[in-house]
Amino acid sequence: MGLFIKLVIKNTLRHGLRTALTLAGILIAVMAFVLLRTVVDAWYAGANATSAKRLVTRNAISLVFPLPLSYLNRIRQVDGVVAVTYANWFGGIYIDEKNFFPQFAIDESKYFDIYPEYLLDETERSAFLHDRMGAIAGRKLARQYDWEVGDVIPIRGTIYPGTWSFVLRGIYRGVDKTTDETQFFFHWDNLNETLKQRGAPGIDKVGIYIVEIEEADRAAEISAAIDRQFENSLAETLTETEKAFQLGFVAMSEAILTAIEVVSLLVIGIMLAVMANTMAMTARERKREYAVLKALGFGPWFIAALIGCESLIISSLGGVAGIAASYPLAEAFALQMGTLFPVFEISSMTVLTALATAIGVGIGAAVFPVWRAVKAPVGQGLGAVG
Amino acid sequence: MKTNIPYLYSVKSFWARKATNGLTAAGMALVVYVFATVLMLTEGLERTLVATGSPNNVMVTRRGAETEIQSAVTREQANIIASYSEIARGLDGEALVSKESVVLIALPKRDTGKPSNVTIRGLSPTGFRLRPRVTLAEGRWFRPGTSEIVTGNKIAGGFRGARLGERIRFGLRDWTVVGVFDAGNTGFGSEIWGDAQQLMQAFRRTDYSSLIFKLADPSRFEAVRERIDADRRLPLEVERESVFYAEQSEMMANFLNILGLTLSFIFSIGAVVGAVITMHASVASRTREIGTLRALGFSRVSILAAFLLESLLIGTVGGVVGIVCASIMQFLTLSTMNWQTFAEIAFSFTLTRPIIVKALGFALGMGLVGGFLPSLRAARMDIVDALRAE
Repeated sequence: MGLFIKLVIKNTLRHGLRTALTLAGILIAVMAFVLLRTVVDAWYAGANATSAKRLVTRNAISLVFPLPLSYLNRIRQVDGVVAVTYANWFGGIYIDEKNFFPQFAIDESKYFDIYPEYLLDETERSAFLHDRMGAIAGRKLARQYDWEVGDVIPIRGTIYPGTWSFVLRGIYRGVDKTTDETQFFFHWDNLNETLKQRGAPGIDKVGIYIVEIEEADRAAEISAAIDRQFENSLAETLTETEKAFQLGFVAMSEAILTAIEVVSLLVIGIMLAVMANTMAMTARERKREYAVLKALGFGPWFIAALIGCESLIISSLGGVAGIAASYPLAEAFALQMGTLFPVFEISSMTVLTALATAIGVGIGAAVFPVWRAVKAPVGQGLGAVG
Repeated sequence: MKTNIPYLYSVKSFWARKATNGLTAAGMALVVYVFATVLMLTEGLERTLVATGSPNNVMVTRRGAETEIQSAVTREQANIIASYSEIARGLDGEALVSKESVVLIALPKRDTGKPSNVTIRGLSPTGFRLRPRVTLAEGRWFRPGTSEIVTGNKIAGGFRGARLGERIRFGLRDWTVVGVFDAGNTGFGSEIWGDAQQLMQAFRRTDYSSLIFKLADPSRFEAVRERIDADRRLPLEVERESVFYAEQSEMMANFLNILGLTLSFIFSIGAVVGAVITMHASVASRTREIGTLRALGFSRVSILAAFLLESLLIGTVGGVVGIVCASIMQFLTLSTMNWQTFAEIAFSFTLTRPIIVKALGFALGMGLVGGFLPSLRAARMDIVDALRAE
C-alpha cells in the first residue's frame, strides 16, 4: 500500500507544469459552474424567501390591471384571513434606467406587520408613519447609492407621470441572508392623494393585496373563497400563495434559465475534455512502465487504481480550490450586478454538486486510459516507445 | 539558413495525435459554441425588435412612459394629432393613423399551463395598413365592432386558447380567434390583435395607449416632433416606430451580452489551458524531430511557426465544429418575457457573417495563446541537446 501511495504521488508530481495547468483548468471550470448555479439560485431567491402563510390576490387578467380599494374589507371578512395589506408597483426610474430597484407604494400601517422579515427600528418606523412623504429602503439599496436617513430621493414615474420626491425615514434589514434588501417603500396614500389632485386615472386602485392566513394548509381553500367573492365582477381576482406568485415571474424567464442550465452542463464537458486529455497523455507516456509493472506481477487493477487515483487527486484538488475561489468571485459579481440580484449566495447544495462533479470528472477522465492500460499485452508495452 | 515553414509537417503532426488534439479541439468547440450562441441570441432579439417598427411610422406615447403598456393618450389628444397634415393618406383618402389600446393578459402556455403575459393590441381599422409586413396566415381578420380576435403566429401554437377557432375569456366576455396572422420576423408575431373600441369597453378604459401614424414625407419627422413638443395640450413623446421598438431590446441584450461574454472569457481560459497542455506534450515528445529539423537547416523562426500552425489548426477545427453546432440552433425559437415590456416575445437565434468571423477569430486566438509558449520552447532548443534526447 505504501508503495502504491508513493507511486501515485510521484506520478502526479512528475509533470509539474502539466499537473498545475490541469488543476488550473479544473479550478476555473468549477468556478464557472458554481457561479452559474448561483445565478440560477438567485433567480429563485424571491420564491424561496416567501411565507406559506401569505397569499397574493391580483387582477385575473394580468398584473398590469389594478383592483379597487373597496376589496380590502371584503377580503378581510373571508374565513381564515388574519390580516390584509396592499401594495402598488411604482416602476419609477432613479436617475437613469440602469439603476433598477423595485419600488412599492404600500399601506404603511400594516405592511411591516405582515412582513416580519423586514426588520425596522421602532423610531424609524414611527418616523416613516408620521411623514406622508417618507420612504423606507433596504440596507443593500441604501449602501448602493450611499443614502442616509433624511436624504431626499427623487424618482421619475413611468406608470405615474412626473417626478416624485421622497424623504428617506428608515432603512430596513433582512432577518437573514435570503431576505431581499433592495426594495423601496413609500406611502400608498401619498400616491393616491397626488393622483386625486391631478385628476389622473388610477385613483383608489391597488396593485396587489397581500393576505395573511391562519393556517398554511388552508391556502387553496381560502384562495378559492376570495376569488369566489369577486366572480363576474368588473375586476375578477386570482389568488395564489406568495410562492406561486413569485414563481410565476421566474417561469416567465424560464427560457433564459434553461439556457444558463445548459451552459453549466457544457462547463462540465470542457472540464472533462481538459482532464481526459491530460490523463490520456500521461497513460500514453507510461505504457512501458505499466508493462514493467505487469511483468513484475502487479495485477491489472493495480495499474487501474494508479491511473484512477492520480486523476481523482488532480480533479478533486481542482474542485476544492475552485469552490474556494468562487466565494470572492461571487462577491465581486454581486457587486457588479448591484441590485439586479437582491440575494446572491452560494448554497451548500451548489458546493456539493460542484464537488461531486469534479470527482465524477476525475473518474470519467480515467476510464479510457485505464481500459487501454489494462488491455495492453505486456510484450507490446515493453516494445513501445513513449 | 532556410526560414521556410514546413507546413506539411504541422498538418501531419496534427494528424499524428488525433485523440489528444481532438479532445483539445472539442473543448475549444464547446467554448466557441457558447460564444456564438450568445451572440446569435442577442442578434436575434435585436433584429426582431428592430424589424418590428417601420422607420416611416411614428409612435406617440405619454411623456415618461417607456412602453405602450405604461402609456395613456386621451381621446382629445389623439384627435388633435389625427388631424395633422403630415399624416400619409391611403388611396381611398383615409388618413393612415391608428389609435391603439395595448394591455397585457396572462395566458397559460400550451405545454406547461404556466401563465405568461401576452400583449393584446386593439387597433383602428387602419391599423393593418401601417404594418404591411403582417399578413393573414389562417382564417380571416376580425370584424370591427365584434368580440373577434386574431393571434400572431408565434402565439397561436404556444398558448392555450390561441389557435384558430378557440376562445379566450377576459373582460367578462369570450373572444373568438377568427384568424392567425404571420408577422414574419417581428415582435407582432407575439401579439394578439382585436378591435380597439371593443377591447377598451371590455377593460373599462377611456384612454388609448398609443397612436401610430405613417408620415406622408418621412423627412418631416423632426417637424412633427417639434410641433407636438410645442403644443401645451399634448404631454406626449414622439419616436420613430423602429427606434421605439429597438430600444425595448436594450435591457435583455445587455444582460445576455454581459453574461455571455463573461462566460466565454472564463471558458476560454479552460480551453487555452487544454491547448497549452497538448502543445507542450507535443513539443516534448518531438524533441528529436525538432533537433533533426534544425540540423537540416530550418531556422528557429520556422520551428516556431510550424508549432504555432499546428496549434492554430486545433483552434480552427474547434472553431469550425463550434460554429457548425451553433448554426443548428438557427432552427430554434426562444420565447421568453422581455423584462422591459413585461410581455412575452419570441425570437430566433440568428447567425450572421460578423458572428462567424468573431467566433472563428476567437477560436484562432485561443489556439494562438495556447500554442505560443510551447512553440517558443521548441524554437529555443539547442540542436545538439535536442538530437541527444530520448
